Amino acid sequence: MKANLLELSGVHTHIGAYHILHGVDLSVPRGKLTMLLGRNGAGKTTTLRTIMGLWRASQGAIAFNGRDITSLATPEIASMNVAYVPESMGIFADLTVQENMLLAARSARNAAQMDEARLKWIFSLFPAVEKFWNHPAGKLSGGQKQMLAVARAIVEPRELLLIDEPSKGLAPAIINNMIDAFAQLKASGVTILLVEQNINFAKRLGDSVAVMDNGVVVHAGSMKELAEDGALQHSLLGLAI
Amino acid sequence: MLTRLLSNDFPRNRILAVVLVGLLLALAFMPFIFPGVKALNVAAKILVFVVLVASFDLLLGYTGIVSFAHTMFFGIGAYGIAIASTRMGPGWPAIATGLAAALALSFVLALLVGLFSLRVRAIFFSMITLAVAAAFQTLASQLSEVTGGEDGLTFKMPEVLSPGYQMSETPFLGVMLDGRLICYYLLFFTALALLLAMLRIVNSPFGRVLQAIRENEFRAEAIGYRVVVYRTTSSILSALFATVAGAMLAIWLRYNGPDTSLSFEIMLDVLLIVVIGGMGTIYGAAIGSGVFVIAQSYLQDLLRLGSDTASGLPWLSALLSPDRWLLWLGLLFVLSVYYFPTGVVGRLRAMRQRA
Repeated sequence: MKANLLELSGVHTHIGAYHILHGVDLSVPRGKLTMLLGRNGAGKTTTLRTIMGLWRASQGAIAFNGRDITSLATPEIASMNVAYVPESMGIFADLTVQENMLLAARSARNAAQMDEARLKWIFSLFPAVEKFWNHPAGKLSGGQKQMLAVARAIVEPRELLLIDEPSKGLAPAIINNMIDAFAQLKASGVTILLVEQNINFAKRLGDSVAVMDNGVVVHAGSMKELAEDGALQHSLLGLAI
Repeated sequence: MLTRLLSNDFPRNRILAVVLVGLLLALAFMPFIFPGVKALNVAAKILVFVVLVASFDLLLGYTGIVSFAHTMFFGIGAYGIAIASTRMGPGWPAIATGLAAALALSFVLALLVGLFSLRVRAIFFSMITLAVAAAFQTLASQLSEVTGGEDGLTFKMPEVLSPGYQMSETPFLGVMLDGRLICYYLLFFTALALLLAMLRIVNSPFGRVLQAIRENEFRAEAIGYRVVVYRTTSSILSALFATVAGAMLAIWLRYNGPDTSLSFEIMLDVLLIVVIGGMGTIYGAAIGSGVFVIAQSYLQDLLRLGSDTASGLPWLSALLSPDRWLLWLGLLFVLSVYYFPTGVVGRLRAMRQRA
């Protein structure tokens, strides 16, 4: 078994006439939480979407579990137990919380067929999901929507979670709840690649880190190392943690 | 039992439940409540439109696809029955053959339109369907040897469905048990079964995916659903239900022509009914069809009555002239959209949620 669950080598992505990724090299260690940091427009979201097949890599290779997934369609990648949580509360507002969860629970036709033990574990991570189970998802608060989006991604066991800016637009108290939930999720052994701009969030959760700028990874290493090196943070991100 | 029958999709509002039960009972006992020919024709038209509009809602309200080719499939169903009955003579084999051929043609056309067009942006898809529907209407008018051209086809139904057939010589509750009555109940039970089938579809895991695609196809794809496959399947199912609705119309009228089942006016009526009833609610198709067809059929009579009553006030009498019925129908539509922006069903269900 390879140490890295996901590996990107020289990945380029074009969106229309724009060249967004300019040769991304990234390794995501198995069972660890890797933070993907960088300024706005650095190419973090594009990297996640390219991994997921939502945007095609025009050059380079993406390997998941040793298998080349560069040219696979999104549903095929998703069927390999890869879940993607898009930014901006990617839920289905017209559906109930239960229906949102059922959408991702491919093996269950209704709530009764869902894995009860796993559901209980999810409810313990995100109590709002249980509380508003039969409510329209659109009526939830911003934080609750974000929690539902993550809960939906883990409704079935996943090998890799791709999560895009879960703390975006949330109040500090909600972010702390989110950090606690991610810490438990990490302890469950799932591999996570998490895009974030909130540096405290990254510091508290990350095992390893990759920093992007102008469509390439400009730094990769351990999160601890970056957190302890103020000069490096300043040069990479323009701020100290 | 009821939960299974309604696929756990209850009206979720007391007023809505009462209206739906009232409509169901009225349609079930219409031949006995209003034994006149016009009332029965109106009730039969409502039954046909319930299926047609619900099938369109499957496409528009549940999947978010705007297609103008829906009446084409409706027309295929009606022409299937008309052509088969004309060529093969009246009988159940003609109905079965006509329906089977129409369903097969609709399946192929819906699949082709879906596969070639559903990948393009919504507005372009709508334009493509509009062009296909217009081409089909022209084709139906031009192929006069097969379709009867502009004159259409008049044909006979099996004897048991003909007005001349008498099941009993003694009337039941004052109504003669003739072939017309049997034909009405054939339509009634077919419409009921199809409506419940559509309710089952939209409340199944498949229906849930359609609603997710309607809201955000990008997110649905990211979860792992093949959006094009789901959209095409929805398009095919919707076309097949519309085809059966067309067959129902032909069986009832014993006539079919381009204006009866293929005209763009029918498409506009369907759009209006979906908006009045409420998009994304199968029940909305039933209520919208009831309201619209009754208004369309009786507004002129009502205006005539109003005009005669107001004969002392010439300006009011002129305003209520039966000739102005389209003006009043338009006004009713504007008012319904203003007061029920999410349709009658959407509004009533929202009231329940607030309470």
